[in-house]
Amino acid sequence: MDTLLLSRIQFGANISFHILFPTITIALGWMLLFFKLRFNATGDQKWMDAYMFWVKVFALSFAMGVVSGITMSFQFGTNWPGFMETVGNVAGPLLAYEIMTAFFLEAVFLGIMLFGVSRVKPWVHTLATFLVAFGTTMSTFWIIVLNSWMHTPQGYELRDGVVFATNWFDIIFNPSMPYRFVHMLLASGLTVAFLIAGISALRMLWGDKGEDVKSALRVGIIAAAALIPIQILAGDMHGLNTLEHQPAKIAAMEGNWETGPNTPLVLFAIPDQAARENKFEIGIPNGASLILKHKTSGVVPGLNDFIAQDGTVMHPRVAPVFFSFRIMIGTGLAMLLLSWTGLVLLRKYGAGHMPRMPLYAFCAMSFSGWIATLAGWYTTEIGRQPWLVQGVLMTKDAVSDVSAGMVLGTLIGYLVIYATLIFAYIGVITYLARKATKGESTPNRGYPRGGEANVTALQPGE
Amino acid sequence: MDMFGDPAIWLPWTFAALMGLSILIYVVLDGFDLGVGLLMPLASEDEKDRLVASIGPFWDANETWLVLAVGLLLVAFPPAHGIILTALYLPVFVMLVGLILRGVSFEMRAKAPITQKRMWNSAFFAGSLMASLSQGFMLGMYIMGLTWTLPNVIFATLTAVFLTVGYSFIGAAWLIWKTEDQLQRRAISWAKGGIWGLVLGIVAISVATPFVSTRIFDKWFSLPEIFYLAPLPVLSGALVVFVWWQLSRLPLQNDRWSWTPFAAAIALFSLAYGGMAYSFYPYIVPEKITIYDAASAPESLFIILIGTLFVLPAILGYTILSYYIFRGKATALRYD
Repeated sequence: MDTLLLSRIQFGANISFHILFPTITIALGWMLLFFKLRFNATGDQKWMDAYMFWVKVFALSFAMGVVSGITMSFQFGTNWPGFMETVGNVAGPLLAYEIMTAFFLEAVFLGIMLFGVSRVKPWVHTLATFLVAFGTTMSTFWIIVLNSWMHTPQGYELRDGVVFATNWFDIIFNPSMPYRFVHMLLASGLTVAFLIAGISALRMLWGDKGEDVKSALRVGIIAAAALIPIQILAGDMHGLNTLEHQPAKIAAMEGNWETGPNTPLVLFAIPDQAARENKFEIGIPNGASLILKHKTSGVVPGLNDFIAQDGTVMHPRVAPVFFSFRIMIGTGLAMLLLSWTGLVLLRKYGAGHMPRMPLYAFCAMSFSGWIATLAGWYTTEIGRQPWLVQGVLMTKDAVSDVSAGMVLGTLIGYLVIYATLIFAYIGVITYLARKATKGESTPNRGYPRGGEANVTALQPGE
Repeated sequence: MDMFGDPAIWLPWTFAALMGLSILIYVVLDGFDLGVGLLMPLASEDEKDRLVASIGPFWDANETWLVLAVGLLLVAFPPAHGIILTALYLPVFVMLVGLILRGVSFEMRAKAPITQKRMWNSAFFAGSLMASLSQGFMLGMYIMGLTWTLPNVIFATLTAVFLTVGYSFIGAAWLIWKTEDQLQRRAISWAKGGIWGLVLGIVAISVATPFVSTRIFDKWFSLPEIFYLAPLPVLSGALVVFVWWQLSRLPLQNDRWSWTPFAAAIALFSLAYGGMAYSFYPYIVPEKITIYDAASAPESLFIILIGTLFVLPAILGYTILSYYIFRGKATALRYD
């Protein structure tokens, strides 16, 4: 394998590992604020118990996100020096604003949020929780702005092959940004909803009868059921936006080779890029035309339009885009089915008396948000190839001239570490759940709601 | 943009200064974090918890200065970012793995089953060691002009060891300030054991730098510069003597003066760093590319600068707030 492909795999591995944790912290921050506000309003201990359990998951996820994020800021330089040299004038300020407005905000107030309950007044602690949640969301915003600009660049001009910014409003509010931002926030919300529902279900299966677990399960299921239809709608709109700006990506997602009307919706196939056709295709007649153009005669772009005169392929490799898209959709549909079933059962039995079968199902879906999120990012990022910045910079022109052996060696190193850490991360979350089930970490104790904090009989740190 | 003269001159200069400041703050702040990590094997099981507790609320924000520094390099001097990081591909990899291990162990050692705690303590130490060594190595390679020759690698290996021991010194100085009783006394002895690393590191860099480039030699050893610059080594020497004197008489009653070794350590790092910055200015890739050649377009830098002027004071403000809230001696870390 050459340096280009290895560098892509390495950066892909790093960014995939990284996104797992922000996907959790973005929405979990707001969920913690919700728990804290419920506690402030009702004084019911169960909300603080839920807060205390999930804040540990938050702290762990946050640390994983920070360390893997630092890796990426270096890899722009080690792996893709051409990226910053060409589009640095746009990417630079956006990344700078991300670091300055978001990264520091969350990192500093995290300390107060995690360890400060007994050191600051309750409202300061609530404020710190809010600022951390706000910081992670701001962080998402700036990163999504930059990423979206790489898909749909505007507000710039080229001088001697280097991008110069001409209109910052156009750059920030580039055409795909609003769709991508909403899609990502909802993805984070769903990931956390299923994580909370799944881990709560696990604790109930282990025999935890705590009020905090019941409430967390209820909150998780309701959030999931409420968000998934919005996400499906947002995803559809994002797709139409992509059709307008990146037709080659849509062609790969649909597995459609020839441009034309009456295009079927391909449910399954094995795209064969060498033969330029689909094997074993199962499709719904006119389906893709209906979804993308809302009429059977709607013309859907085909991959064969994206072959240059000299035979260079100017569309992404089809199979990875085609399959990741279907994995995302499939996971989304499973989420819809389970969360709405869960909602019905919740009304029928209440959170405390759920049958065991749906609890098992929620356990199994605990990390389903990760799968959908990764599949979605693979669809959009691989779908942009061979471009790094659509129409401006090719990926192969940005790669560094480090030897392939060096990239391969470090890639293996990263993969070993990442595999170990994901294993450890999931292991620790289940361990925390088991410990909480046994009641070791959340004995009944009073948390102050107003006035000076004066907590006695504290548990040693975890 | 034009009110301070040519924006292609003052903007790169400002950003080089901001980046330099971020690196210095990172070296001092994460220096003590990493130093505390390096001291882990010397501490007893109970003391290990206290060591981690002393840096627990801060390390996250401290590490962010590294992100800001490399971010400023990335956004303000894109070609330099590429050249420097490509040349340092391998040590950067080692540092990143170290920082990952260290950061994750922070959480894991407290949350994983107690039987695994020993393993995560080791990972915490190993991560701190890898990060410190690789940073020292990169420092040495940078001074030597980023070329991989055997003498350069040997020099970089030396600076790796010196910086690591230097970090353990500032870590110990932090502990003298933030702990008490038995642990504080042990920290004093650790600091005595570590200060040589800092001294040798400063000496090695001071001796080597002028001989790498005649330009730097002339900057230091010509008249009248040599008189303006004389206070730098003299002050550093005085600080070392002062630290040694303090270490020999601490701890005092009512914990008086316990903050002085840490303050002196900050001063020593800053002086050494200032000297280096003076040597290398105006180059960002030593002897090859100046900050003016490598800078992004003035329009882009100006956009970042506006934000920086608002945000940097706020960052400093809430950083100080955080240190104020967690002031005093380190207590056990808890979420409640």
